[in-house]
Amino acid sequence: MKLLFEKSVPGRRGVKLPDLDVPRVEPNEAWGAELVRSEPPDLPELSEVETVRHFTELSRRNYGVDNGFYPLGSCTMKYNPKINEEAVSQYGFAGLHPLLDDELAQGCLEVIHKLEKWLCEIAGMKRATLQPAAGAHGELTGNMLIKAYHRAKGNLHKKKMLIPDSAHGTNPASAALCGFEVVELPSDERGNVDMARFREALGEDVAGIMLTNPSTLGLFEENILEIAERLHEVDALLYYDGANLNAVMGYCRPGDMGFDVMHFNLHKTFSTPHGGGGPGSGPVAVNEKLEPFLPVPVVEEDGGRYRLDYDRPQSIGRIMPFHGNFGVMLKAFVYIFMLGGEGLKRVSEDAVLNANYLMARLKERYRVAYDRVCMHEFVVSNTDKAEKGAPTLAIAKRLLDYGIHPPTVYFPLIVKEALMIEPTETETKETLDRFVEVMFRIADEIENSPELLQEAPVNTPVRKLDEVRASRRPVFRYRKG
Amino acid sequence: MLYNPHTDEERREMLEVLGVSSVSELFKDIPAEIEAPRIDIPGPRSELEVREELKRLQAANEGEGLPLFLGAGAYNHYVPAAVSHLVMRSEFYTAYTPYQPETSQGMLQAIFEYQTMMCELTGLDVSNASLYDGGTAVYEAAIMAMRATKLRNRVLVDEGVNPLYRSVLRTYSGNLELEFVEVPHREGRTDFEAFRRLMDSDTAAVVVQNPNFFGVVQDFSALAEAIHELKGLMVMAVNPVAAAVLKSAGEQGADIAVGEGQPLGSPLFFGGPYVGFLTARQKLVRQMPGRIISETVDREGKRGFVMTLQTREQHIRRAKATSNICTNQGLVALTACVYLALVGKEGLREVAVQNLSKAEYAKKRLSAVEGVRVKWDAPTFNEFVLELPSDAGRVAKELVREHGIVAGLPLGGYYDGMERDLLVCVTETNTAAQIDAYAEALGRVL
Amino acid sequence: MIPKELKYTESHEWVRVEDGIAVVGITDHAQHELGDIVFVELPETDAEYGAGEAAATVESVKAASDIYSPLSGRVVEVNEALEDSPELVNKSPYGDGWIFKIEISDPSELDALLDADAYAKHIGE
Repeated sequence: MKLLFEKSVPGRRGVKLPDLDVPRVEPNEAWGAELVRSEPPDLPELSEVETVRHFTELSRRNYGVDNGFYPLGSCTMKYNPKINEEAVSQYGFAGLHPLLDDELAQGCLEVIHKLEKWLCEIAGMKRATLQPAAGAHGELTGNMLIKAYHRAKGNLHKKKMLIPDSAHGTNPASAALCGFEVVELPSDERGNVDMARFREALGEDVAGIMLTNPSTLGLFEENILEIAERLHEVDALLYYDGANLNAVMGYCRPGDMGFDVMHFNLHKTFSTPHGGGGPGSGPVAVNEKLEPFLPVPVVEEDGGRYRLDYDRPQSIGRIMPFHGNFGVMLKAFVYIFMLGGEGLKRVSEDAVLNANYLMARLKERYRVAYDRVCMHEFVVSNTDKAEKGAPTLAIAKRLLDYGIHPPTVYFPLIVKEALMIEPTETETKETLDRFVEVMFRIADEIENSPELLQEAPVNTPVRKLDEVRASRRPVFRYRKG
Repeated sequence: MLYNPHTDEERREMLEVLGVSSVSELFKDIPAEIEAPRIDIPGPRSELEVREELKRLQAANEGEGLPLFLGAGAYNHYVPAAVSHLVMRSEFYTAYTPYQPETSQGMLQAIFEYQTMMCELTGLDVSNASLYDGGTAVYEAAIMAMRATKLRNRVLVDEGVNPLYRSVLRTYSGNLELEFVEVPHREGRTDFEAFRRLMDSDTAAVVVQNPNFFGVVQDFSALAEAIHELKGLMVMAVNPVAAAVLKSAGEQGADIAVGEGQPLGSPLFFGGPYVGFLTARQKLVRQMPGRIISETVDREGKRGFVMTLQTREQHIRRAKATSNICTNQGLVALTACVYLALVGKEGLREVAVQNLSKAEYAKKRLSAVEGVRVKWDAPTFNEFVLELPSDAGRVAKELVREHGIVAGLPLGGYYDGMERDLLVCVTETNTAAQIDAYAEALGRVL
Repeated sequence: MIPKELKYTESHEWVRVEDGIAVVGITDHAQHELGDIVFVELPETDAEYGAGEAAATVESVKAASDIYSPLSGRVVEVNEALEDSPELVNKSPYGDGWIFKIEISDPSELDALLDADAYAKHIGE
């Protein structure tokens, strides 16, 4: 398919601005010629209809949750309710400037304040900041809070951040960006943190731990209470990576597990769409230990009026210029408003039910990495299939041919030939059964017609792409000619 | 309303397959002592109740729809109708990050087109696929410069850089071995002499903004030469609309350009979602943060697009990654791409010229009010500083209350000694009649 | 493929000594394990490394591996051909795919390296 630039015709226009109602001032008159760029940026020139057709065609070369099943582990690709989109497009929020006086934006501030309260209620935390733009941004904020806590106590020797080997890559990256030394903890044979190694690593120099619970293996950390107790004994703090919160709402709360700080992924648990890679939103909630350090401003309520409070002397400062991804918050606000506490609990119940059902059925033909009750997701290890010439990547590409988005592949890193499957609560039993049927058919193909897996995908807009070439001789932009 | 589709009968069938009698048995790994209390949030509720709630909140947003002369990093521009129509194609917005390129060509190609456009706007070689926003992009550029200069740890930041961006940078750098020096402005312009004095062989980068926070446009070529002699880098934050006409970051010698992409088709939205862009010279590409898309071919030789140079990123390099960013602002980058395709080469220039023309008109009209003057005689784009005879905060409040005009940003809270100064922004959405009404109202409240 | 005349490390580098200069690369086994090499980050000439210190990085599409200097010394030459053709490491790991040359500062360190048989045993061949 052609690029915009290849469709461009000099002089063609897509939009018209109103005629100027003030005297025209050209840049060279106002600034002098030396400040004016020598060549205008070479942007494409198209009509509106061509532009609309271009992006419509592109959209048809893309796959979202609205197209079909998307069991991408650790990403919680649940259905994105359409009322969320109506909320952001039709009620005037889009026109509000972030630096308006508080009195002029009471509706926006109320949304932020209420969402903060609800998130704290769900997680058993005290206060939250909604500024972080994504999960990783929340992790970084949380690490800064932990650092501020230790610094305030004069504990500058607390430099180590413990992170299990099953963690998302963002965890060590965020801790490192905050100046912590990352200590990786191995997992034991049940997928829990290896407690012997944990005790070895524990010392006065430990600042905290970053844990995902349930873990990226889809398993509940069975020793969480002991881990929390041991860490608190040395005044280290616990960070909860909320990527997998969809599994436990209404069943347990990070605050009660002993976590001091956490982030939520509004774009996972709270149904806001992923946007093909963002925007997300990664609010960070804390208990009373870390509350004084929260970023400014926070929203305070007083007799039904809302205001931004900057007067927080121990705050780590701003982590975003404005208030974060407000549009995403509004969608999550609508979702929680609609489901309520009861609905959220049923979300977790069906998310866990669907995952266990899928795992039980797949087990017939695929090896599950940890054979115990899972939470909202589980990991398959395809070493047996790989030996037959069908590694996980080939299975993933073959799924594309059946119109299903593949699960997460080769993650977590500690499982060989990993396929990480998260169905979410919004999928029907028929969809799950069809996925099983397709996976079984692929298992048959591995035995009987392995060439189908080597050729896959064949039903996609392009065939298997050459990533080696893209890395050796990358082309980052279009150039004429 | 719930979105769980199972009937009770289906749940029963599924539990039977699992050999358990109730769903709660699946949660048995959770210790009993931490069983959660009921979540105290009312519901479930219907869409009709959601709509009533949204209407109530909308009514509480009294600032909606007022004539707006407030910018300071978030700008009210005209957005063509086709932009939101296209971005709302659900194949785009309900997709995840394009981990499976064969089924994500739409988004990947659009981001490749976006990268090309950002390179064009900034006059640099390579763009990433987006960062959170303009402010965090400045921070990412600063630490990228540190890495590229083999961990030099001094960064000089012009006071003309948006003070909100600088406060973000201060928060982040407090946790790293990064010495962050702010260089005071001189009458709204960069103090080049001060920069020359402060630059040394430990300086990773100088960070400037163009147009700066006061709207002033400048040529930084000499500063670029000076920092290059010391083998440091120049980071320039730019406004993408001004970039249609202003000497580009690349032409001025910048090594890294960053900026806020919101003016390209995204509404104000109380501060987000916006999109940070970051472009750089080719030799710096391996130090770049975030995703980058490359063209390649499929096994039949057909053109396609994939994420590339992933070894820079957190999912591979973990603690040694160039950034922790994972989820970015893909849909907002797509928005910028659609916007730029629609306005095109001539259209963006026209938007820029209209902004400049209207701001010049507003300068004349507002400074004609008695006691009011344009603070500095400097070339500006779509913002400028107005000096008032009394406290700007008070005047702005009265203009809103009495006349329903959002007059600009009072600068007292951001710069010492600027209590009487107001940062005024004028875009193509402000009509001559609005500007005239503003001038008249200003005369009345003073 | 493990040439007899070379010395090896457990971390899969090989060394060829030519007039007090050690030529360093990665073994055929290592390049095979890594898959298609897409980028080699070379050390700077004149940089000094101790034995076992990370001096270079080789990258495949989905992994990055450090290359450790087998011996202490100063880098005297790097294989600039790898900048444009990283695939040489795959095609000719012991020849055109060499990575850097180091001026040996302590020849006794050579004794600690593996010979071809020991390396073969190390990788289970």
